[in-house]
Amino acid sequence: MSVEEQTLAIPAHEHEEHPKHKKLVIIAWSGELDKVWPQMILATTGAAMGMDVTVFFTFWGLFALVKEDKHITGENWMQKMVALLDRPGMEHLRLSKMNFAGAGPAMMAKLAKEHNVASPGELLKMAVDMGVKLVPCQMTMDLLGLKREDMIDGLAEPAGATTMLMEAQDAITLFI
Amino acid sequence: MSMQVAKTLDLKGLSCPLPIVKTAQAIKELASGELIEALATDPGSVADFNAWCRSTGNELVEQTEQDGVYRFVIRKK
Repeated sequence: MSVEEQTLAIPAHEHEEHPKHKKLVIIAWSGELDKVWPQMILATTGAAMGMDVTVFFTFWGLFALVKEDKHITGENWMQKMVALLDRPGMEHLRLSKMNFAGAGPAMMAKLAKEHNVASPGELLKMAVDMGVKLVPCQMTMDLLGLKREDMIDGLAEPAGATTMLMEAQDAITLFI
Repeated sequence: MSMQVAKTLDLKGLSCPLPIVKTAQAIKELASGELIEALATDPGSVADFNAWCRSTGNELVEQTEQDGVYRFVIRKK
C-alpha cells in the first residue's frame, strides 16, 4: 500500500488514543555501543512522545557518562584497572560482538555518518536538552570508583534502587 | 480554517529517531492549532509519524509521498 492510498487524516476518535503509560524508565546497565545506542534512541524518542523519561545508569552503563577527557577513573588499583581495560566515555564504547579491537565501532561510526544516524553521544546531548532525567546509581558509582566530577554535566542527583523502583511503579520499564 | 504552514522542517536523509525528535522539538515553538510541515526520506517515518501523532494528540492532517520524500502536515494540539 502506498502512502497516498493510506487514509490522509486520522479519524477524530483516534485523537483521544493516548498511551496508557506516560512514563518510561530505562535501566541502562550495559556499556557497549550496540546497547547504549538503543538506550539513547528510546530515551530521546520517549521524550519526543511527551513521556516522562528517566534513565537509571548502573554498572557498565555508568561508564558511558564519564567525561571524554577522563581516561582513568577509580581510586584504587582494582577500580583503575577496570577503566584501563575498558576506556570510559561515550566515544570509546565497544561493540558486544564484532569489536575487532575497535575496528568494529569505527566501522559502525562511519556507517552511522553515511546513513545520518545520530551517534549515542549526540543523542545523549539531545536527551539532556529534552529534559530526560539521567540518574547515576550511587552504589555502583562507589563500587567502581566513579566520582560525580568524573561524569558529564546535566545528570540528576545519584540515587538508589528504591528511587528507581518508585519511578518504575507506573512506567514502562526497560532493562538494557 | 487556514492551511498556512507555520514552519517547515527539512528532515531529509535523517534516520530514526531524529525525524520525530526534531519534530517534537520544533512543534514546541508553535501555538496550538498552527501547522508544521515535515519532509522526510526515512520510510520508517510513515509509521512513526502516525504513532507519534496518536500518542501526543497532535493531528496528522496530511500525509503524501513524492519521489521518495514523505510530507507530513501536523496540526499542533
